Amino acid sequence: MSESMTAFLYLVASVLFILALRGLSSPETARKGNLFGMLGMTLAAVTTLFNPGVLSYGMILLGIAIGGVIGAVIAKKIQMTALPQLVAAFHSLVGLAAVLVAAASFYAPEAYGIGAPGAIATGSLVEMSLGVAIGAITFSGSLIAFAKLQELMSGAPLVFKGQHPLNALLGLALIGLVAAFCSAQTTGLFWGIVLLAFLLGFLLILPIGGADMPVVISMLNSYSGWAACGIGFTLKNNMLIVAGALVGSSGAILSYIMCKAMNRSFFSVILGCFGAEGQKAAVKGPKKNAKSGSAEDAAFLLENASSVIIVPGYGLAVAQAQHAIREMSDLLKKKGVNVRYAIHPVAGRMPGHMNVLLAEANVPYTDVFELDDINRDFATTDVSLVIGANDVTNPAAKKDPQSPIYGMPVLDVGASKTVLFIKRSLSPGYAGIDNELFYYDNTMMLFGDAKKVTESIVKTLSGGH
Amino acid sequence: METITQTIIVNAPALPAAHGGPSFMMAFTVFVLAVFVGYYVVWSVTPALHSPLMSVTNAISSVILVGAMIAAGPVDMTPSKVMGFIAVVLASVNIFGGFIVTQRMLAMFKRKR
Repeated sequence: MSESMTAFLYLVASVLFILALRGLSSPETARKGNLFGMLGMTLAAVTTLFNPGVLSYGMILLGIAIGGVIGAVIAKKIQMTALPQLVAAFHSLVGLAAVLVAAASFYAPEAYGIGAPGAIATGSLVEMSLGVAIGAITFSGSLIAFAKLQELMSGAPLVFKGQHPLNALLGLALIGLVAAFCSAQTTGLFWGIVLLAFLLGFLLILPIGGADMPVVISMLNSYSGWAACGIGFTLKNNMLIVAGALVGSSGAILSYIMCKAMNRSFFSVILGCFGAEGQKAAVKGPKKNAKSGSAEDAAFLLENASSVIIVPGYGLAVAQAQHAIREMSDLLKKKGVNVRYAIHPVAGRMPGHMNVLLAEANVPYTDVFELDDINRDFATTDVSLVIGANDVTNPAAKKDPQSPIYGMPVLDVGASKTVLFIKRSLSPGYAGIDNELFYYDNTMMLFGDAKKVTESIVKTLSGGH
Repeated sequence: METITQTIIVNAPALPAAHGGPSFMMAFTVFVLAVFVGYYVVWSVTPALHSPLMSVTNAISSVILVGAMIAAGPVDMTPSKVMGFIAVVLASVNIFGGFIVTQRMLAMFKRKR
């Protein structure tokens, strides 16, 4: 295959990747977009088989077969509620692959046309060390994110004294190592960069708490893209650069959206200040009374309403209540109730988490609305049903300038005639702040597991006619 | 323009042109333009599909497979070939896993029946 033919096919693959993302602008076109993505990837791989440096296919095809089977099996078996940890695990693999490719290009630079061992051009060394450092941070950071999401370790923020100075010191040391590596290019320095970046990745993600995971996952998504980009520069491959830049900017935009939805700066999330602040703010107020009701009461209120908005949160995912909820809304719709869903951008543990769970339960996406599109409608709604969400409904975000979540956009559920809260207890949410909504006159608490409570509402609704 | 091109060629003897690699400035141009394309394309993604966006970008960033294949390509068994092989496996897990899980998610998004 001629050089320009290779370049052309890589260009086609890059365009297909852009189309894959473009397709996601609507659920209608998204499936075709995903197909474009697969096509682009196949084209990229097949074209690479014709690279003059690729002389033996055995190991390559074996590797693709092994990885392909593992990946396919995992993807087919994974439960949709476990999606966030799956994505975190996948990110770590991209990070590790980037480290390995950079290492391979360091040991055998002639294969990539960037010089000979020990005599690699300085520019390539800079690109290589950037790729390897970002890759290593992505790998270890994603491992921690995975462990937290899979609950292998506590989701609570781990903050220790001197954390920030230590991280800053490590960051400076990393830059120093990169500079030394670029002039001396020894093996020791290369692996030194890898180790230090691993350590930095661990330390960066450790202090970040569970509810900040949407930001962390988006950020690691972004890093995995930049790592691919760095490798693209090293290998002088435009397609890798384009794909990496697309992914990098995608992750960055998602992090921005998530931060904005929490009214927090990117740095305060990264530095892990939130949990610490929240714990201090968790002052026990005077005992207030919350009204609690039974599933029968709730069923009565719901079937006599003309409009209902359901607000799902992470508790829905934990209890796997999505199917029960859909069953309930189907029954209500049959009775002529207008049922819609309102989703806060940071509900769940990754961007769009709730949308996927509702889609899994066959809720039509035309019934599901984003915060900005539905927030005004709460005032004209009879019943708001909050399931496993808390902080995203807290009126303190609007009223109390002292509150750690002050300024965060929240769903205005308190404006509806009646608010139903399905929750295990009155315990505060992740931010550690009490929700005054629990004590409103028009609020009724339904204590219990989200799935069980919803199922008993369904039972009452279906038996009641 | 011609003189600039000549200067670059003259000043870059360390880089064999065997693979026709673009110069750094060319690569950087592509990079900056791709960031802009990414910016506009991603803002047009509907928030409901942010999870599939994440899993599909995850699969796409595994195009790093290309670099892994080149490392695993030589006939002789060397450390870099072994690392290339492992990277091929890891990237493939991601590619197959990422695209399939995205497809599973997207198949669930339906209109009103």
